[in-house]
Amino acid sequence: MDKRLERILPRVQKPARYTGGEYNQIIKDKSKTEIRLAFCFPDTYEIGMSNQGMSILYDTMNSLGYVWCERVFAPWGDMYGEMKKAGIPLYALESGDPVSDFDAVAFSIGYEMAYTTVLDMLDMSGIPLRSADRPDLTPLVFAGGSACVNTEPIADFVDLTVIGEGEEMNNELLALFRRAKAEGWTKREFLLEAAKIGGVYVPSLYRPEYSADGTVARIERLPGAPERVTKRIIEDMDSVPYPLSPIVPSTEIVHDRVSLELFRGCIRGCRFCQAGHIYRPVRAKKPETLAEQGKTLLKNTGYQDCTLLSLSSSDYKKLPELLDGLQEYCEPRSIGISLPSLRADNFSMDIMERIQKVRKSGLTFAVEGGSQRLRDAINKNVSEEELLNTCRIAFEGGWNGVKLYYMLGLPTETDDDIRGIAQMANDVLHTWREYAKYKNRGVRITISTSCFIPKPFSPFQWEAQITMDEYRRRVNILRDSLTARNVSYKWHDPDTSLIEAVLSRGDRRLCAVIEEVWKNGGRLDAWDDYFSFSRWMQAFADCGVDPAFYANRERARDEVLPWSVIDVGVREDHLWRERERCYESVLSPDCRKQCSACGASGLLKGGRCDG
Amino acid sequence: MDKLRLRFSKTGRAIYISHLDLMRTMQRSFVRAGYRLGYSEGFNPHALISIALPLSVGTESLCELMDFRLEDEPELSEMPGRLTEKMPEGLEALEVYVPERKAAQIKWLSVEGLFEYDRRPAADMAARLNEFYSRDSIVITKRTKRGEGESDIRPAVRGIEFAPSDLGVAVKMTVSAQEPTLNPELTADALRQLAPDIAPDFAKFTRIETYDADMGVFR
Repeated sequence: MDKRLERILPRVQKPARYTGGEYNQIIKDKSKTEIRLAFCFPDTYEIGMSNQGMSILYDTMNSLGYVWCERVFAPWGDMYGEMKKAGIPLYALESGDPVSDFDAVAFSIGYEMAYTTVLDMLDMSGIPLRSADRPDLTPLVFAGGSACVNTEPIADFVDLTVIGEGEEMNNELLALFRRAKAEGWTKREFLLEAAKIGGVYVPSLYRPEYSADGTVARIERLPGAPERVTKRIIEDMDSVPYPLSPIVPSTEIVHDRVSLELFRGCIRGCRFCQAGHIYRPVRAKKPETLAEQGKTLLKNTGYQDCTLLSLSSSDYKKLPELLDGLQEYCEPRSIGISLPSLRADNFSMDIMERIQKVRKSGLTFAVEGGSQRLRDAINKNVSEEELLNTCRIAFEGGWNGVKLYYMLGLPTETDDDIRGIAQMANDVLHTWREYAKYKNRGVRITISTSCFIPKPFSPFQWEAQITMDEYRRRVNILRDSLTARNVSYKWHDPDTSLIEAVLSRGDRRLCAVIEEVWKNGGRLDAWDDYFSFSRWMQAFADCGVDPAFYANRERARDEVLPWSVIDVGVREDHLWRERERCYESVLSPDCRKQCSACGASGLLKGGRCDG
Repeated sequence: MDKLRLRFSKTGRAIYISHLDLMRTMQRSFVRAGYRLGYSEGFNPHALISIALPLSVGTESLCELMDFRLEDEPELSEMPGRLTEKMPEGLEALEVYVPERKAAQIKWLSVEGLFEYDRRPAADMAARLNEFYSRDSIVITKRTKRGEGESDIRPAVRGIEFAPSDLGVAVKMTVSAQEPTLNPELTADALRQLAPDIAPDFAKFTRIETYDADMGVFR
């Protein structure tokens, strides 16, 4: 171990996250690999090691014998300070070697607030931030993840982004990179070839031009640039590699358990939801595959908990079969199974009883909107009756807490809709009074709200975000309406929501803003500990960028959206139609009831959408 | 379900695993190796394991002891190999046996360490350190949960000897493991408080062996 690190580690919080050496880490002989890849997660170890995408791609990229893919995370503030003071550059966990030794640096970016950390990690590695300032083939800097479907805000920094699912695409890219390195291609030669790989977006091949009003006038394609870059998907979920011997951290992380991925995509089509649209079409694994993988994973990791992962796990068709298969292994070993992302409309007591044997503390439901009309408008197919029915079942079954999540500022929301949230909280309370099994334990009903953020590739991508003042006004309405003692209210500050809204639908003019924020000390902006609203506002002012232009402005149907080169499979006219149905407060059926011909099944060559 | 004892070492990168994290890591290593730890009865069952003398983060050890119970009755001699294979880098299972005495009977620990000096020559330090530790009483200020307190560490240090080494000054000592517990790090802290000119810039320690009250090796 580095002598300097040895001195620092005893002084920092949770040093085990900076050492590597965990069970199942992949160690290779670096003299025998051709490509050293630093796989960076622009957040802390505890967050990054909980990310299933990271785990999957670490596995698939290391399956290439000529690649050694190692992990890199962003140090927390104390470690960051110590590293700077001691002059220690950012290093990879497996080998301890500095990132500057690597041939390629890949980022997994799941949320926009991580952009500044991407810059910071490049800088801590001694790598120039801007693609244009890195003339050589190595180090190649690329990124993927859901915060890259709109690459534009970081377009000047990355050499390319990978759009969609990476299991196959990344390895095709690495094979090409290997050839380029061996044959001594220039960076430009490599990028032109890489752009031919499906799903690879090379920002430097496109040049946006802006109108006087600030909108994108057109996006010029440079020679060699494909007209559209179409998202990549995995067709057959049963045969795609899944990490069966994942790294088991030696220190506690956020999701410290086995994760089984049930399916990709979502049948629901909630109009505010980006994930529900960009991960389409729906592709499920067979319950037999999952039960087998689950058992192997539990054996190989020693975890005592297993979670069934997807965008909406209770929508998995074969859930009872899967639970049968898993429980026969889990029950005698006291292994717990948990089901995140529950829906209030198809909650089944049978399933709840089976998965939550011991603790019956709290249940969380995302209700999103306070009235039936509003929920219809956003296509959140949950009725108050269903919610109350679910609560009754839960209270009768011994639960004594419910958390309800809402967004304020959804399109068409009125003050009455907001008061409806308070009404619903009261109804839940009455349900508890009437049906609770253990009344003497009391009840906790928690309402929490956040400010709606319009996202690219969702039907609300054209919408304006409400202003921060308007959000606060709506928070006050709700706060004043919530009178019951057992109901508590938590609201998220709107300032991060504003910044996230700007970045989500940003264009390349935001690159300068992000760099300015980073220069002024911005990093780990997803953490309240480090986020500074004034730093962002100052950077907008200094760069002559108006945040309201991006966040609070409604886009016209014919406006050229900055991310329009990217094709995620769902057609734009489908998104627009869904938006119009919102203003008519008309529900669209879920994909299982009736296919809405969103276009995503066009990404499948042979198979069919499992909606 | 007899009580069993595992002797293991914790070196290299594993020295930064905290006590609590080590408990979790051990449980998982046992599951991976195919052993079923005994669990407590009750509402929130927990694995019946206990690791004697929690080790400070950053300190190495060649003599850690963990007591546990198993549901099954495996061949004990096979256990260390199978466990080590399923443990993270830096943890090594050395021996599994049926303990004869309770871990509470551990009284002394032999510890070796290295004092590093960055800008001062280490050559003549050993002699000065030996001289310092020849005192009968070394009273230092300790910060505890209940505020600051004075404490004489000398009675808890049974023998301490410094010798020059290539990398700094090598130290060997025998310290009280329990009642009172003396963290070897305090031997460097004492210098920082009482004799800063011979205090090391960095000190690291390795637990070597556990002993009972009569200085017999404890197993």
